[in-house]
Amino acid sequence: MHQFTIAELVKGLRNKDFSSTEVTQHYLERIARLDKTYNSYITVTPELALAQAKAADRRLADGNQPALCGVPIAHKDIFCTTGVRTSCGSKMLDNFIAPYNATIVDNYLDSGVVMLGKTNMDEFAMGSSNETSYYGPVKNPWAIDCVPGGSSGGSAAAVAAHLAPAATASDTGGSIRQPAALCGLTGIKPTYGRVSRWGMIAFASSLDQAGILSRTAEDAAILLNDMASYDAKDSTCVERDVPDYTADLNKPLNGLRIGVPKEYFGEGLNPQTAAHVESAIKVYESLGATIHSVSLPHTHLAVPAYYVIAPAECSANLSRFDGVRYGHRCENPKDLNDLYMRSRSEGFGAEVKRRILVGTYALSAGYYDAYYSKAQKIRRLIKQDFVDAFQNVDVIIGPTSPSPAFQFGSKTKDPVAMYLEDIYTIATNLAGLPGLSIPCGLVDNKPVGLQLIGNFFAESQLLNAAHQFQQATNFHQQTAPNID
Amino acid sequence: MQWETVIGLEVHVQLATKTKIFSGSSTAFGAEPNTQASAVDLALPGTLPVANEEAFRFATMFGLAVNAEIGKRSVFERKNYFYPDLPKGYQTTQLAEPIVGAGFVDLELEGGRTKRVRIHHAHLEEDAGKSLHEDFAGMSGIDLNRAGTPLIEVVTEPDMRSAEEAVAFAKKLHSIVTSLEICDGEMSQGSMRFDVNISVRPKGTEKLGTRTETKNLNSFKFMEEAIELEVERQIDVLEDGGKITQETRLYNGDTKKARSMRSKEDSNDYRYFPCPDLLPVILDDEYIESVRKQMPELPEAKRARFVEQYGLSSYDAGQITMDKFSAAFFEASTKISNEPKLTANWIMADLGAYLNRTEQRIDHSPVTPELLAGLVVRIKDGTLSSKIAKQVFEAIANGEGDADTIIETKGLKQVSDTGALEKIIDDIIAANTAQVEGYRAAAEDKRAKMLGFFVGQAMKASKGQANPQALNELLVKKLNG
Amino acid sequence: MAVDRSDIAKLSKLARIQISDEAADEAAKSISDVLALVDQLQAVNTDGVLPMAHPLDAVQRLRADVVTEANQREMFQSIAPAVQDGLYLVPQVIE
Repeated sequence: MHQFTIAELVKGLRNKDFSSTEVTQHYLERIARLDKTYNSYITVTPELALAQAKAADRRLADGNQPALCGVPIAHKDIFCTTGVRTSCGSKMLDNFIAPYNATIVDNYLDSGVVMLGKTNMDEFAMGSSNETSYYGPVKNPWAIDCVPGGSSGGSAAAVAAHLAPAATASDTGGSIRQPAALCGLTGIKPTYGRVSRWGMIAFASSLDQAGILSRTAEDAAILLNDMASYDAKDSTCVERDVPDYTADLNKPLNGLRIGVPKEYFGEGLNPQTAAHVESAIKVYESLGATIHSVSLPHTHLAVPAYYVIAPAECSANLSRFDGVRYGHRCENPKDLNDLYMRSRSEGFGAEVKRRILVGTYALSAGYYDAYYSKAQKIRRLIKQDFVDAFQNVDVIIGPTSPSPAFQFGSKTKDPVAMYLEDIYTIATNLAGLPGLSIPCGLVDNKPVGLQLIGNFFAESQLLNAAHQFQQATNFHQQTAPNID
Repeated sequence: MQWETVIGLEVHVQLATKTKIFSGSSTAFGAEPNTQASAVDLALPGTLPVANEEAFRFATMFGLAVNAEIGKRSVFERKNYFYPDLPKGYQTTQLAEPIVGAGFVDLELEGGRTKRVRIHHAHLEEDAGKSLHEDFAGMSGIDLNRAGTPLIEVVTEPDMRSAEEAVAFAKKLHSIVTSLEICDGEMSQGSMRFDVNISVRPKGTEKLGTRTETKNLNSFKFMEEAIELEVERQIDVLEDGGKITQETRLYNGDTKKARSMRSKEDSNDYRYFPCPDLLPVILDDEYIESVRKQMPELPEAKRARFVEQYGLSSYDAGQITMDKFSAAFFEASTKISNEPKLTANWIMADLGAYLNRTEQRIDHSPVTPELLAGLVVRIKDGTLSSKIAKQVFEAIANGEGDADTIIETKGLKQVSDTGALEKIIDDIIAANTAQVEGYRAAAEDKRAKMLGFFVGQAMKASKGQANPQALNELLVKKLNG
Repeated sequence: MAVDRSDIAKLSKLARIQISDEAADEAAKSISDVLALVDQLQAVNTDGVLPMAHPLDAVQRLRADVVTEANQREMFQSIAPAVQDGLYLVPQVIE
């Protein structure tokens, strides 16, 4: 049962081949048995899941239920869930139970989707390896000594280990696409503003966007249909109809113009990864797409600009964690300053502190123009690169990540090396564009991701291109060696 | 040495919106602690702000009222600092692109002197919560009901030169925002709070002296006292050869003392940057014009109208229109009595004094516009002398009924009846033959002075109810024989 | 731009993040490394480029001035570390 895709689960539930309770029970049993190895969940919610499954089964019996009714998924622990701890991977929120649901959680509840639990993640989504989680690192099901990527590493490992058929995730600089690449999954980060940020704990507000980790592009399309919505509670959420993302999946790719940016194939890219990406491009050619060389000349500035903007926003976003109204508070504070200093220093891990300090520096008097203002100007140049490129092509293709999954500890001593993991994914967040990663081969038995970048709100086109690739290849059907 | 005082103000005006600037929580005053603090106001993780349209409409009205350019694009920024009454760890405010640009307010000071005070800008921002310091055994209690209440912060240029000018500006600002009905003007509830920047410099010099900021003054009286105290302190320091430290000061209205709160050296680095959770607010000309059309009449326009329509003097019209409630009272009462000048005099003099003495507001006055009109009509038609009228006014204020009822029950009607007056005068002439002879023997120009004696006697005999004009005429006639 | 221990002390104070003396050098080094990465930005000519705060050039929607929030104090304070009489407690605030 755990080999079914979301599309197959939807069909099976509708045909009464099995009940939501059976599927849910099955996944809960697998999580209980196997997750000790992967550590992909922070919190598993069996009672709640079974109650939701039971309710879904009633709706299924009555008929007329939404498509996803009864399908179990996992939520990244960045999304607030009423009555269930939302830790954001941090000691700071180890005791935090949100009094409200994130909008996307509500959207899925309305559709009768069952929540299996909350997945592990880098602390406050700051990391590319899941090593910064207060709840310990997540293991990559493909190679147990390697990272699953981050920050949505728990969601990726859970789906790759078949501990959930799909999971929600969030992406600020690559946090959906890079784990998708490293765990052999399909991961989509929609256009900024497509999905509500209400109830998603903020890392960098102008970059954060919720999305999906799944096994196939078709699953991502089905799940995005319910995740995306206009939400008046999020000022940055776009008031725009949500199309049926499955409608265009089977469109032929004849005439699709694919751009290949030369800047994505430079120094630092693993040659075997490059070879797989080039083969994938050939597949697209065989499917009728035309291939064009494009240039994104400011690509090399994306990581530097990001490491000003994201820390700056996070330094303010994380000021609310002060030990006064919720979250961690130090024992016996001797005065107000002591309360702040100790609560925050005890509650936050090293990477979060580093980014807060970098952001504080970039915004401080005398440095604002040189850092923050400068980075915001570069951001415009980076966006303009894409706008120019999309004059001539429909989709941009390249690697998701410079190399396959790396070993634990290999980059923790060098934050800058870790930051460069996201060299190909960060620019899309800065520009606000949708991005998607699909598996396109293995290097040393570890998956390689192919990144597709679309124009603003062109999710349907991206999912179509990804689905057609998956119809022509079987990379997405490969599972990690020890996973049945 | 002669010193010149230089004053600039920063005024926090709480906007009278129903809800907060970034959440749908009520802003009603006086609720139980933290019962009007929503998830957004408490800065719970994952919550997001959405801006209140009414706050922008009010700010636009204010901008138009102070002759300012309206920021067609305004941007919220985050001002970062830690304080328990600031749940997000930053205040959402405006800095580089505020809603209200440069403007000015013209003041009329005593003696007919006028003064223009320039507004540097005014911006929208959120208020903080409150810290309560009593009753918690070394702890402070935080109430976040006020957190997120919309404010406009009005920043003036350093154009004021005395406490008198600063207070006149503050009163004018109060009158503008209450007339626009964008602020309830309740100073005691913190609806308007003043930060005063004060420096002094040798008279005749241009360079500004080092300034101090006295924060959070919430009455005109405290503001005046605090300015006078601080100016005196600065002059003393400078004359003793000392230097003024740039610092923030607090004035205590009870002890009449001020103290230093923090110096510039400990001042925070606020790390302002545009708030990524909010987008730029764009207002177009059409919107601004529609707001202009809906604006209530401003004090200045009202004053001109009162001069024109009611024939009041410019000064009286200015006094009456300073407060929209006085103006409304005046118009309601005049509508009944049709006696604008007399009505204005009574509002400014007796009614004003009475309300001051009893600490009541004119819109809650027990002497209503109808009751004052009843009194004014009886003065005009000669039923009441001005002296007796004061007595009747007190009785009205005491709730003894309207003017006619009081005149009736107390028998206070003015005696103008010639027969009754003749009897009184005849009795006085008979009883004071020596004075009558003296009067008759005196030269014409001395007589006027001597007449006073007889008027006094007659008034006394009539218990003050004699109509003075009729009495005078009759007396002169009888004495002249 | 490299930061030193005194910068770290200043940042620590501003951000209310405690950094022990032993950790200060390491913090200074790792932050300096990050700043070295971002210093690449300085070489780029951005004359005439407007800063971009949001990916979409969208404008703020304004909310109607209608009360939508009910009192949920009990629920909100059930997750608070220290409350009394409906107030959040903190060590004495001295002004």
